[in-house]
Amino acid sequence: MQLTERAWRIREKIIQMVGAAGSGHPGGSLSATEIVTALYFHIMKHDPKNPEWPERDRFVLCKGHAAPVLYAALAEAGYFDPAELNTLRKFGSILQGHPDRKRTPGVEVSTGSLGQGLSIANGLALAAKLNGEKHRIFALLGDGEIQEGQVWEAAMTAAHRGLDNLVAYIDNNNLQIDGDVREVKGLTNIPARWEAFGWHVQEIDGHDLAAIIAATEKALAVTGQPSVIVCRTIKGKGVDFMEGQADWHGKAPNAEQLAEALRQLQRRGK
Amino acid sequence: MAKGDLIATRDAYGKALAKYGAEYPDLVVLDADLSGSTKTGVFAKAFPERFFQMGIAEQDLMGTAAGLAAAGKIAFASTFAIFATGRAWEQIRNSIAYARFNVKVAATHAGLTVGEDGASHQANEDIALMRVIPGMTVVVPADAVETEQAVKALLDYDGPAYLRLGRSKVPVVFDDDYQFVIGKAATLRAGDDVTIIACGIMVEAALTAAEQLAMEGISARVVNMSTIKPLDEEAVLAAARETGAIVTCEEHNIIGGLGSAVAECVVRHYPVPMRFVGVKDVFGESGDPETLLKAYGLTAGDIVQAVKDVLQAK
Ligand SMILES: Cc1ncc(C[n+]2csc(CCOP(=O)(O)OP(=O)(O)O)c2C)c(N)n1
Repeated sequence: MQLTERAWRIREKIIQMVGAAGSGHPGGSLSATEIVTALYFHIMKHDPKNPEWPERDRFVLCKGHAAPVLYAALAEAGYFDPAELNTLRKFGSILQGHPDRKRTPGVEVSTGSLGQGLSIANGLALAAKLNGEKHRIFALLGDGEIQEGQVWEAAMTAAHRGLDNLVAYIDNNNLQIDGDVREVKGLTNIPARWEAFGWHVQEIDGHDLAAIIAATEKALAVTGQPSVIVCRTIKGKGVDFMEGQADWHGKAPNAEQLAEALRQLQRRGK
Repeated sequence: MAKGDLIATRDAYGKALAKYGAEYPDLVVLDADLSGSTKTGVFAKAFPERFFQMGIAEQDLMGTAAGLAAAGKIAFASTFAIFATGRAWEQIRNSIAYARFNVKVAATHAGLTVGEDGASHQANEDIALMRVIPGMTVVVPADAVETEQAVKALLDYDGPAYLRLGRSKVPVVFDDDYQFVIGKAATLRAGDDVTIIACGIMVEAALTAAEQLAMEGISARVVNMSTIKPLDEEAVLAAARETGAIVTCEEHNIIGGLGSAVAECVVRHYPVPMRFVGVKDVFGESGDPETLLKAYGLTAGDIVQAVKDVLQAK
């Protein structure tokens, strides 16, 4: 299957599962779809039939509320039966509201509290180096998320330790819950901030699969330094009434909206 | 607000802030990218110059609140309970409580009834985390009426405090003439076989349980212990002496919360058998609130069982 087609199928699954759950986070899942698709279907070495394969690359979804995009990708890749997606957020489901590594095959670490993931990714990267292992660590952060102080503590650690086996992506959709990241906390010049912290920085269109792959290859070729790829994205990408709307951060579509969203996504996927 | 109305305590909180905003010109409110959910947005709309949006930065939120309080403001700092009391615990301890600043940590989405977001967002440890800090007042209102009164009482109280609020709609249990006083328990139902001491959403369940027990000939006193700290020791000891057995109920880990506070008091002064209804030292999970309360043993039926059990030990 073409990567582009895969991404649109993942978007459909995101909307379907959030619709079925009646709650959840569509906006930041749709903005991150190409990043996650490129990782699971092109960049990462992994084996859905053997989630614990020691040589697998590791993915940390720091912005854990975007669980739907991760679950959709894992289901598409074959980690579990896609029928499970309809149990999202329901009592007893393997698919918790935020990623729980104990329940979901393929989920590396449990996240949901923003700002903690990059430190965990650093730990994974340090361990890989310590063990002389070749796998890589990929981390996906929200732009609102990087307002957390811990992110910058982790940014310092990664640079200080020269974690060149780590690539971080920032889903730069410019929105958080209470509005625009620039209005909420004056968050501008994101690339310059990471550069100042000693990271190798690239800025790309986060919906361009080829650009994500090229930038990642470039990032992996960097030595002695961690890499961040600032991905310019649109929150709610693919569903016109969700695009650029902070309001669609954390709510489910009603039946009518669900049907319309799916119609739009199916058309785009062709 | 009429008895039986379904209102989330977070809604009552947002309204109360806006209501008292004019009367208290020193009131400032801070939030960390959740003002729509914590309902501080209601205050922000009415008093935009006294609202500070801190972004996703809970430690900064608490530290800034400390600074505002140091300059004489009454600072209410809000986010979800897990992030307020968890992420920013040490800022609350050292920058706020140790310095004895007039900051009210008013956190919403406490407990299991957060529901579908799951364990990462369900604070079942927050009462313990706040209660253990010296000088910290801890208030857990049972409904919207008590929430509004607690906000007013905390505005008038000079010192650090934690106000625990919920996400889900809960029935109003108090009449408008109910009087909340910091540190004072309220006996909601007389009884002499056993005392059920509850806080938060469990107060309603306790009343239902007492009703059921009455039909079986068991007379249960029901006490609303909305201030966990300072604990109303007089009410606890009266319960111990007069009824000889106590069951505590809270939407919180049975370790460190209301049950522990009551047990610490009873054991020191007048030991009686106790049972603890609460989350049994486990993490929560996703699910709708009602299903979770059932699954984790926090229903009126569970209270009835605990009462029968403690009566065996009496
Ligand atoms: C420590 C912490 N604080 C607050 C929240 C609540 N919360 C969930 S998502 C979110 C906004 C995230 O914005 P961003 O990182 O930009 O994510 P995106 O827009 O990509 O979904 C907030 C505040 C949280 N999950 N963790």
